[in-house]
Amino acid sequence: MLAPSNSPARGSLLDIEHLEDKEILSLLQLARRMNPLKPRPLLRNKRIILLFYEPSTRTRSSFEIAAKSLGAITTLVQSSGSSIEKGESLLDTGYTLRAVGADAIVIRHPSAGAPHLMAKHLDIPVINAGDGMHEHPSQALLDAFTILEHKKSLKGLQVAIIGDIVHSRVARSACHLLTRFGIKITLCGPQEFVPEVAATLAPGLRITRHLEEAVRGADVVMLLRVQKERLAGQKIALQDYIAHYQMTAARLHLAKRDAIVMHPGPIIRGLELTSEVADSPQSAIMDEVSNGVPVRMAILARALGRAK
Amino acid sequence: MSRQDNNSLLIKGGHLIDPAAKINAPMDILLRDGRVAEIAPPKKVRGGCDEKFDARGLIVSPGFIDLHVHLREPGQSYKETIATGTAAAAAGGFTSVCTMPNTVPVVDTDAWVTWLRRPERGAVVNVFPVAAATRASRGHSLTDFAALQRAGAAAVTDDGKPILDDEIMLAALRLGAELNLPIVQHAEDTHLTEHCSMHGGPTSFRLGLRGMPTAAEAAIVDRDISFAQQIRESRLHVAHLSTSDALKAVRRGKRARARVTCEVTPHHFTLLDSDVGEYDTNCKMNPPLRSASDREAILVALADGTIDAIATDHAPHAAHEKQVEFERAAFGITGLETALALAITKLHHEHKIPLMRLVELLTAGPARVFDLRSRGSLQRGNFADVTIFDPKKRWTFEVSKSRSLSRNTPFDGWQFTGKVAATIVGGKIVYRAD
Repeated sequence: MLAPSNSPARGSLLDIEHLEDKEILSLLQLARRMNPLKPRPLLRNKRIILLFYEPSTRTRSSFEIAAKSLGAITTLVQSSGSSIEKGESLLDTGYTLRAVGADAIVIRHPSAGAPHLMAKHLDIPVINAGDGMHEHPSQALLDAFTILEHKKSLKGLQVAIIGDIVHSRVARSACHLLTRFGIKITLCGPQEFVPEVAATLAPGLRITRHLEEAVRGADVVMLLRVQKERLAGQKIALQDYIAHYQMTAARLHLAKRDAIVMHPGPIIRGLELTSEVADSPQSAIMDEVSNGVPVRMAILARALGRAK
Repeated sequence: MSRQDNNSLLIKGGHLIDPAAKINAPMDILLRDGRVAEIAPPKKVRGGCDEKFDARGLIVSPGFIDLHVHLREPGQSYKETIATGTAAAAAGGFTSVCTMPNTVPVVDTDAWVTWLRRPERGAVVNVFPVAAATRASRGHSLTDFAALQRAGAAAVTDDGKPILDDEIMLAALRLGAELNLPIVQHAEDTHLTEHCSMHGGPTSFRLGLRGMPTAAEAAIVDRDISFAQQIRESRLHVAHLSTSDALKAVRRGKRARARVTCEVTPHHFTLLDSDVGEYDTNCKMNPPLRSASDREAILVALADGTIDAIATDHAPHAAHEKQVEFERAAFGITGLETALALAITKLHHEHKIPLMRLVELLTAGPARVFDLRSRGSLQRGNFADVTIFDPKKRWTFEVSKSRSLSRNTPFDGWQFTGKVAATIVGGKIVYRAD
């Protein structure tokens, strides 16, 4: 058994909150040099374990393609069909994967802080692929990457984040990252989804209950899914939500003419947005998915010390 | 009694602080046959003694009483036993501890109360069991308070859980009033705290953890105090109070002359919800660490007399129950060995609360709450339970040296001012600092 080292191994990516600005910038820069269509064997023979305790389509497949594009060997471990089902603890699973020969672990977990616990006790890099309602750092990086494809710089942009903020790890990571680079963020949604305390997350966050106010003049409109699986007894009338907060073409007109629409997926058409918006030329939702690969290539290369 | 069995002990040269007797002066104290035999100014004790304790430069106090500990027996001796838990208590200066009934099984019969008090348990300090208020602490039907009391229960509670049902709480207070037995409430409206693992505020939001609102505690304290006011002679004790709003309710009850008392823990007057940091499970307990304004209100109430006692809520857990995801980790931390040090360091040195008041919160205050007769003060004839401490001694707490079976404390490596020098139970020295 490994002695607790307490500080995470170099190359770990646990959250955006504690990631330095210069590391964010260098990851984005590195991502620009990554192209899955031109594989680079930077991680040849490295073993990367994808440890997924929650369902995932985008994040899992793009981490896997990213790892393979760099020449790494990947193994997927899911909670069903593994010893996790038999009651093995998170740390014991971590020790086991380390003993099997993992060089890095990418972990998605329903409990906030699970990657931090693992990183505290393992001497290999741990990459957070989404932990409960806490953070989703690779998503925030690919969002910044996507915005920069469409806009000259982040500074001075207005971003509206609309929907279920309280349950959203994507929103938390985005707020930490974007506010650091001079973006003004307005959080928008009903009290149950956007409590007043949300404004304490990062400096300069603003809250409004009125969609029109959030969208007017925005450069980026970021929509979030209503996370039914995390509602834990909260009663939200979906019809009310749709009436007040669904992104429609008419509402999108209030944003800047060159505004882009973003969504971390999965999207629920007819709930947080209409098909018209999802499929409009302003939609950058598929760009986000594609950009996930080079960004995650950069994250993995950095994790294993091959950030070239 | 054989000759080697020293049965008198003279504590000489110390400074006695005995709030109940209103003494704050240099005094020598003679203990004989388990009782206080004589108290006199320095060198004026007349009786002879078999043994002497040199207390020069030290504070001599009535033995500390902890109203709220979990010693995990019966059933969870991998976390703690009566023997290890009371050894930790002795090292922390506590001569009496009141054990909570949320064991396996729950202490809800007189037989279990008797079991806890048997000499085979190996207790080195006095153990006062607090029994369950409802059968198996399920909250449905009251236990036999009279039988529990006869067996030695100091109070009843469903600690770990609240008594939520109005009718059950009213019935408990009524029966408690008849028997002069305190009802101890773990005040938490669990409808508001489902799936929550810490205090609701900026830190819980930042960490993506569901937060317990302060209203979950205050609402129950409010209700209980209204009930206590309705039922003549009923006695309500609010366990581990943690919020400013609950304190307001307690003040209201006390002004209305209801028999309402409350305790706070050292961790609630020391730490904040932000100390959870990056998911430190040694800062996970219930009630949770609260906001700065709650802690401020607690500090004021400790100084002004609203709070009756400091109680540790000593809650040992094995490593495998804490080294897990924050939301899955067990609630609770150990506290017996750090309570005095935190009280002196934080309350006395940092917040200028006089030692006299601080000692009251550890002695006369808790003795009154549970009516522990002839304890909490060193008047002649009282039990010879004494705590001797050095309020200026600087030291570092190392959890590896803890007497508890468990290691779940956030205070490992903390530097403190104020340390226990010796703990005396029934006239016998049960702990002496190296």
